[in-house]
Amino acid sequence: MQLGVLFAPDPDCICYTRKSRELFGQNCMHHTATQQTQQDIVSIRGLTKRYAGKVPVDAVRGIDLSVERGELFGLLGPNGAGKSTTIGVCTTRTLPTAGTVTIAGLDVVRTPAMARRRMGVVPQYNTLDRQCTVWENIYFHCRYFGYTSTTANRRAQELLEMFRLSERAKSPVRELSGGLAQRVQIARAIAHQPEILFLDEPSAGLDPQSRLALWDSIRQLIRQGITVVLTTHYMEEADALCNRVAIIDHGVILISGTPEELKRSVGAQKVIHLHLGSENNPQLQPRLTALAGIKAVEPGKDGVRIFVDSLDGLLPKIIEIAGPHLKDVSIAETTLETVFIKLTGRDLRE
Amino acid sequence: MSDLVLYARAFWGLLIRDTVVLRREFIAFAVRTVMNPLMFVFVFTYLFPKMGQAFQNSHGTSFGTLILPGLIAVAIFVQGIMGVALPLSFEIGVSREIEDRVMSPLPVSLVAIEKIVFSALQSLVAALVVFPLIFFIPATPVEVHVDSWLVLIASVLLASLASGAVGLTIGTIVKPQHITLMFGIVVVPITFFGCVYYPWAALHVIPWLQMLVLINPLVYMSEGLRTALTPGTPHMPAWATLGALFLCVVLLGYTGVRGFLNRVLS
Repeated sequence: MQLGVLFAPDPDCICYTRKSRELFGQNCMHHTATQQTQQDIVSIRGLTKRYAGKVPVDAVRGIDLSVERGELFGLLGPNGAGKSTTIGVCTTRTLPTAGTVTIAGLDVVRTPAMARRRMGVVPQYNTLDRQCTVWENIYFHCRYFGYTSTTANRRAQELLEMFRLSERAKSPVRELSGGLAQRVQIARAIAHQPEILFLDEPSAGLDPQSRLALWDSIRQLIRQGITVVLTTHYMEEADALCNRVAIIDHGVILISGTPEELKRSVGAQKVIHLHLGSENNPQLQPRLTALAGIKAVEPGKDGVRIFVDSLDGLLPKIIEIAGPHLKDVSIAETTLETVFIKLTGRDLRE
Repeated sequence: MSDLVLYARAFWGLLIRDTVVLRREFIAFAVRTVMNPLMFVFVFTYLFPKMGQAFQNSHGTSFGTLILPGLIAVAIFVQGIMGVALPLSFEIGVSREIEDRVMSPLPVSLVAIEKIVFSALQSLVAALVVFPLIFFIPATPVEVHVDSWLVLIASVLLASLASGAVGLTIGTIVKPQHITLMFGIVVVPITFFGCVYYPWAALHVIPWLQMLVLINPLVYMSEGLRTALTPGTPHMPAWATLGALFLCVVLLGYTGVRGFLNRVLS
């Protein structure tokens, strides 16, 4: 079965039975998606979260963020930046200290249970029900969301086929590899047909093949009109997948936009890394900055990073200025990682 | 359709999940429920009388009659620990698999209350499984007499709910790595000082202990069932046991739900 049927009107879907229409009314996504097309599906205003304790920690400090319907939005940041706290508030698991968050127009603090009906969540660790099989994990999830036994059974079969898990239907989830468990988690998260899926660090711990398969699954979901918000610190993942990203650090949004806009914000097409060893030449940075065609020079880990638009004729001059201390030169295109490192620094995080 | 119907459907889904899991593990459930009372009844009410060492109290009632309500109370109580506290402690603290149920479309406190309700159902099954063992095995006659079915039903229901509330409270407070310690310092004293093997009135010989055990919920479960099933043995009045059990359900239920919310929300 193709993912195409996932969000198309489906006579088997719960909202097409008479009782379920009464039950779900305007809450069913099939009946609301068109009404709210113009509306931001996620709206975060002035979000602050302070964790109390001997030393109170301000995990999030006044975030404003919007995610439009159908977007694949990436929240990037180093460990401890506030990504998971932000997702925690959006998914009703963390209570904000101040500010408001609405999902599909529903306030997550005032109406958490209703908001949960609109969202699917894949946390960064495996939360599959260890007492149950793969099939049961999806089936019971559907039952929690009000599906009848017959509809839940049908939905579980659909999703198992869709995610190529049918052969594993009766496997205990304890026996699944990390990649398979992740697939089951995504299948389960979208089983109740949410409008938005939150993925917290979805690639963490996956091998490269599983990561590529995960990306394919995410792209397919987007094609079906579901909004996806993911957190990651893999820049290539954000670059490959996301329509729009925001970089968060120390609880504030540093920048947001499309990956291309963010890369352009660096103001240069290429980055030249000069590896200089231990000797420190105080004249180096001003002399490099004075060269025509150089946009910026920054100290790097064991040398300097030079931002340029074009290399034409510049490299011999740079090497000459660097002098005998130069150990190595590397040249890279500006990537999201360049933006990320430029904004968040190189300091190692916990 | 109101939110309440949606909540009820989610709650029902949670109950179905727990029932399916319990049905799969029914043999383990039966063994853990039956072994303790079976061994106890066999040794103290069958073997000992056969050896000519039967216990008998001053009222002339057999030891079998005396401990029947207590052992049913223990069977009910143990379900709260084994059926709720142990799995919950693991699901919250280690595997975090409780999260999918917490993300169900109903208030999180109802996820905790479902744990109490399902534990109570387990306790009822346990009581039914244990009753024939304690009734038929003893070598000396066991005198069961139900004066008021209402008191019996109320006692069993409240004892089952209280046991679930104890389980929820322990499961949300105790970390998985401390569970074995919890058995030693909480469950064993609760069982031995729960008026299981002796009526509360008999403790008058040690007044301070008689007062101290009143903080133990198992005392009211044992005494409540003694009132309902073996009124010939000394027992607390029904209003006292039912009142205390009701209080246990409310207080421990509230503590357990608060503890659950603290653990799963941040």
